[in-house]
Amino acid sequence: MLSIEKFGFSFWRGDNWDPVSGDFGALPFLWGTLYSSILALAISTPVALGIAIFISELCPSGLRAPLVFLTELLAAIPSIVYGLWGIFVLVPVVRSFEVALPDSLREIPIFSGPPLGVGMLSAALILAVMVIPYTSSVAREVLKSVPIAQREGAYALGATRFEAISAALYYARTGIVGAIMLGFGRALGETMAVTMVIGNTPQVTTSLFAPQHTMAAVIANQFREAADELYLHALIEIGLVLFVVTLIVNALSRLLIWSMKPHRQTAKARATVVKNVAAA
Amino acid sequence: MKTTKALWAALALASVLGASVAAQNVQINGAGATFPNPIYSKWFDEYRKLHPNVAINYQSIGSGGGIRQITNQTVFFGATDGPMTNEQLQAAPGKIMHFPTVLGADVPVYNIPNFKGELKFSGALLADIFLGKVTKWNDPAIAKLNAGATLPATNITVVHRAEGSGTTYIWVDYLSKVSPEWKTRVGVNTAVKWPTGVGGQGNEGVAGLVSQTPGAIGYVELIYALQNKISYGSVQNMAGDFVMASEQSVTAAAAAAAGQMPADFRVSITNAPGKGAYPISSFTWLLLYENPKDKNQAKIMVDFVKWALADGQKFAGPLGYAPLPAEVVKLELAALQRIKLS
Repeated sequence: MLSIEKFGFSFWRGDNWDPVSGDFGALPFLWGTLYSSILALAISTPVALGIAIFISELCPSGLRAPLVFLTELLAAIPSIVYGLWGIFVLVPVVRSFEVALPDSLREIPIFSGPPLGVGMLSAALILAVMVIPYTSSVAREVLKSVPIAQREGAYALGATRFEAISAALYYARTGIVGAIMLGFGRALGETMAVTMVIGNTPQVTTSLFAPQHTMAAVIANQFREAADELYLHALIEIGLVLFVVTLIVNALSRLLIWSMKPHRQTAKARATVVKNVAAA
Repeated sequence: MKTTKALWAALALASVLGASVAAQNVQINGAGATFPNPIYSKWFDEYRKLHPNVAINYQSIGSGGGIRQITNQTVFFGATDGPMTNEQLQAAPGKIMHFPTVLGADVPVYNIPNFKGELKFSGALLADIFLGKVTKWNDPAIAKLNAGATLPATNITVVHRAEGSGTTYIWVDYLSKVSPEWKTRVGVNTAVKWPTGVGGQGNEGVAGLVSQTPGAIGYVELIYALQNKISYGSVQNMAGDFVMASEQSVTAAAAAAAGQMPADFRVSITNAPGKGAYPISSFTWLLLYENPKDKNQAKIMVDFVKWALADGQKFAGPLGYAPLPAEVVKLELAALQRIKLS
C-alpha cells in the first residue's frame, strides 16, 4: 500500500493531515477515536450497569418488561437519527453549558477551547447514549446467569441486599467486563452520529470543548473525493487499522462473555445443596 | 403438440420483437460531481420526455469518483467541479474533453448576533478570516469595509466542509488567487488542511452549523443560502465593486473569461475581471472521451449536450445555478464537433 511504503509507522505519529501537499499523519484520528470512546465508556458504564442491576435485581416484576423494551429501543434508533438529534438538540444544550462555564475553570486543559457546542463533549455524550443499550443488555444477561445458589448462599450468610448484589457482581465480573468491552467496540466504530457533532477538525488535544476527528469520520467524509492514489491509500490504511482494532476488542469481549457459562440447576443439584445446608 | 409449437413460436416472435424494441432503448451511465446533481437530474428527466427511449443514469458520487470512473471507463461520461489535472488526463486511456455545463457560485454566509444586514467582504479579508488571523467580528479590518454596521465583539467561528467537495474547490481556488499566504500555506484541492474552524457535512451541514452557531461564518452554494434564508455577504471583485451573487453576476464572470478561454475549457473563473462579475464563480464540467468506443451512446450524448447548452439552460436559474454566456456556448458547440461519432 502506497501510504505504508511512504510513511511506515510515522503515519501514526504525525499529526499533519494535508491532502494538498500529500503529507498524511493519522495521529489526530487515532486520538479522537480512542478519546471519544473512552470518555463514552466512562459516562455510560455506571449508567448501563445501574440499569442492568436495577432490572435484574431490584425491579418490581411488572416494570421489568417495559424497562427492558425501552432500553433496547435505544439500540434500534439509526445512527444518523442520533446525529440529527445531536445537531439540533444536544449541541445547543452543550454550547449553553460551555458558554456558562465560569472563566476560572477554563484554565484547566480539559475545559479550555472554544465554546462551540460541537466537539469532543457532544460526541462522547452521544456515544455514551448509543452504547448504553449494548452494555446494559449484556450485563443483564450475565447477571441473570449467576447461579441462584450464590445469592441464596449470600442471604443465608446474613448479607444485606446490597452485599448480595455485590456478591453476584463479583461472580459475574468477567462477563461484565466483556459487556463493557462490547460497548467499547461499538463506540470505536461509530461513524455518522459522531461525525455530525464532533466538528471534524484533526487535532490532538485533551480539551473537551475543542472540535476533533475520528478514524471512522475521516473515512466517511473524505473517501468520496479522494482522487489521488496516496490519499486513497492513506484512508484505506486508517480503515484497516480501525477494522483490526474493533475486531480485537470485539473478539476479546465475546471470549469474556462466553466464559460465563450458564449454570443449569438440575433437581439433583438442588437436592444436594439442600442436603448440605441441612447437614451443616 | 400443435398448441405447444404455436406457443413456442409466439414466444420466439415476442422475444424477437421485444429485443428489437429493447435495442432502441439506450441507457447511458455517468457519474461525478454532487454540486450539479439537481440540474443534471432535471435535464435527464426533461431529455427523456423528448426522447423516451434514452435513459441517462447519473450517480453523484463526487468529482473524484467521477474522474476515477471515467478513467477506468466504467461509465460513459463523468462530471467534475474541478477540472482534471494534467497527470489525471495522462492517466486516461484516451483523450478526455471537458464541457462546461452550468455555473455555480459560493457565497459567504454568516450568523452574527443582533446583526441582520449585508456585510461587504474583500478577498483578502475572507482569506484572513479563514486563515484564523481575524478572530472577532468587531475587528477593524471588517469595520473598514462596513462603515455603517455595528458589529459585536463575538468570536468568529469558521465553518468549512468536513468532506472533499467541488464547493470547497471553488472557495479555496478563489482564496489562493487573492491571498498569497493562503496559496503557499493551504493550497487548492477538493479537501485541504484548514487552518481553523469546524467541519460540517455537505452544504446542508455547513448551512445548519452556521445558522446554529452565533458568530459563525461559512461558505455554501448560492442555492443553499437562498433556500435556508441565511444572510450572505457581497464580495469585492477584481474591478473593486462589491457584488452579491446572482444569476446575472455569475454569468458575467464567465462572460469576462470567455475572451481568454483555453481550447479545452479547463479554466478557473474565480476572481474574474469585469464590472458586474461575481468573483467566487465556477464552471462545472462534463467529461467525454474524444474518441468514444460506443458510437451509438456518443451520438446521443452529443445531442444531449447540444440540448443542454441551448434549451437546458433555462432550468438553471430556478435551481440556483447561472446559465452559460452565449460566447462560451458557441465555443463548446464548435468543440463538440471534434467528438468522433463514426
